[in-house]
Amino acid sequence: MSALAHVPTSAGKPAPPPVRRGRSRLLPYLLLLPGAVWLLVFFAVPLVQLASASLYDPAGSLSTGYAMTWAFGNYPDALQAYWPQFSRSFLYSAIALVLALLMGYPLAYAIAQKAGRWKNLLLVAVVAPMFTSFLVRTLAWKTILSDNGALVGLLRDVHLLGPDGRLLATPIAVVLGLTYNFLPFLVLPLYASLERLDPRLLEAASDLYASPLRAFAKVTLPLSMPGLIAGTLLFFIPATGDYINAELLGTPNEYMIGNVIDSAFLVRLDYPQGAALSFLLMAAILAIVFVYLRRAGTEEVL
Amino acid sequence: MRSPLRTLTRRGLLTGTVGSAALLATAGALAGCGTKGAQQTEAGCKSEDLSATEKEVAFSNWPQYMDTDEKDESKRPTLDAFVAATGIQVTYTEDVNDNNEFFGKVRNQLAGCQSTGRDIMVLTDWMAARVIRLGWVQKLDKSKMPNVEANLLQSLRGRSFDAETQLAVPWQSGLAGLAYNANVTKEIRTVDELLTRPDLKGKVTVLSEMRDTIGLLLQSLGHDPAKFTSAQFDDALNKLKKAVDSKQIRRFTGNDYAPDLAKGDIAACIGWSGDVVQLGFDDEKIKFVVPESGVMLWSDNMLVPNKATHKANAEALMNHYYDPAVAAKLAAYVNYICPVQGAQAEMEKIDPDLASNPLIFPDDTMLSKAKVFMALDEAQEKEYETKFQQVIGA
Repeated sequence: MSALAHVPTSAGKPAPPPVRRGRSRLLPYLLLLPGAVWLLVFFAVPLVQLASASLYDPAGSLSTGYAMTWAFGNYPDALQAYWPQFSRSFLYSAIALVLALLMGYPLAYAIAQKAGRWKNLLLVAVVAPMFTSFLVRTLAWKTILSDNGALVGLLRDVHLLGPDGRLLATPIAVVLGLTYNFLPFLVLPLYASLERLDPRLLEAASDLYASPLRAFAKVTLPLSMPGLIAGTLLFFIPATGDYINAELLGTPNEYMIGNVIDSAFLVRLDYPQGAALSFLLMAAILAIVFVYLRRAGTEEVL
Repeated sequence: MRSPLRTLTRRGLLTGTVGSAALLATAGALAGCGTKGAQQTEAGCKSEDLSATEKEVAFSNWPQYMDTDEKDESKRPTLDAFVAATGIQVTYTEDVNDNNEFFGKVRNQLAGCQSTGRDIMVLTDWMAARVIRLGWVQKLDKSKMPNVEANLLQSLRGRSFDAETQLAVPWQSGLAGLAYNANVTKEIRTVDELLTRPDLKGKVTVLSEMRDTIGLLLQSLGHDPAKFTSAQFDDALNKLKKAVDSKQIRRFTGNDYAPDLAKGDIAACIGWSGDVVQLGFDDEKIKFVVPESGVMLWSDNMLVPNKATHKANAEALMNHYYDPAVAAKLAAYVNYICPVQGAQAEMEKIDPDLASNPLIFPDDTMLSKAKVFMALDEAQEKEYETKFQQVIGA
């Protein structure tokens, strides 16, 4: 939609000559075909399978097979058993999102508007960690937050942590891990929209006696809204479903819904429950995204 | 933007049509769904053996579970010796990282009686028990494996999931017991100390492998992990839950406890003997403890899955690894418990220190304390695993 919005309409121009009409009519569909097939095979079909698995008879088992009994009860059962992990997922990723915004917005602004010739280097610095695997980056945080590491030592010395205090295996570690791992997803879209911000608009605002704060609220923030919304979504959605950070940096008390789904599918072999939980997560995220987009009221993201 | 008058736009109509068609199709597809049972029988899923014409075998194993040449990591001396002696080419893949994950990987093929492309897969006892229960593996021909017949340790014969010792051949065995880092804590001797000693609070990890953790706890309560009741299981689980609630236990881990133990982030843990032996080479203050109450013995087993087409070649390979000289070379590299009798004598020639290491060649007193976890049926497995997962937080 956003792409189409910028295409000039052909209303004012003379209509193009109607040559080779048949082919040009087919062309858009042909262009759509690879993407559509991809989506169908790797998204739509698995989604239908997952939906059906979530309604299987929970009394079934791997060796006897599962019967389709439209067991909608799987949903309330799953929610009842694992609502703490559910709410924890949203809580942690919301806190991480706030932290990431506090760090990411100034960062994106600085890169886009103030970095000058350092711009490309700084952009590379934001993207470079993504060249290593997600797992390796999270394992690196284990070393950073280690009980015998420099950071914990420093915090103990300044009495922010008790003598036996630790960061690893606490909610703090999980939230920090989430913040770090998904930060680039927030920064890059933000950068893209802040980069297009015309500095002359800010000059105009100050000419009209707007304080810097007011200029930010009335000019910068509204103009960066598309990037902000895209960034928060790109951050929030994977962060909520993440299970690596809770697994490696947390303890069972910090497990998020992703850990539960992982264990349902791989360890407990409770496929109906795993599928139901996956769908609940998807529905909850969709609902949040929907409300958010409605309230934020931007059409440029969709 | 959109004119309020034109409520029915072309886009709206299209989305509506496509949407409802998709919904209908989905509902239709759902109604026809359900899965067939994954249970296979010997008669229902027959496998062909092409070993006579195809001199090859595909071997799926865990990472770092095979000896490599000191100078050239890509060479595997014991495996190369097999290729040279028999002319059977081995495709060796290290693609088993986790029993559950591997199960997920081969589940669909084996449930549908299709080939996985593997002739040997190596799985831990309980997972081996599961695939055997599901009828997913082929019966081996003992007459083609005289070395296995002669040299397999007595305590690993006739295990509950393979009473006639004809489905699973141990690759390596190991113990699950206690381990601690003497740089950060004093000696620990019992499971109770691990779970209650105040100076260890928050510095203890426990294995997320239910059989190992619960097995040790069952023993600490005086129960037998090879034969226990549901009430005894709950007993052990409650004991674990108390330690979780009191925040004594920091994390549930797989192999990843090893670096934490080495760094001292955790002071003590339930761990595996092989890991601890290897950590001990770098830092002799990291020690493995066999608790007074008993220790868990597990094995990783070679299995030939259904539809594997090189069973005889696979049997030849298993036979090769039960030659004591070969087994000793392998054990010198991987440092797990060697399931081959006679390998200890061969080890004397390679490294006398290792030959006297009870964590590689356990003596009879240690073996008498070692128990193998009971084979569970599907309902028990689901019940226990679910209860255990609830305590460990997922």
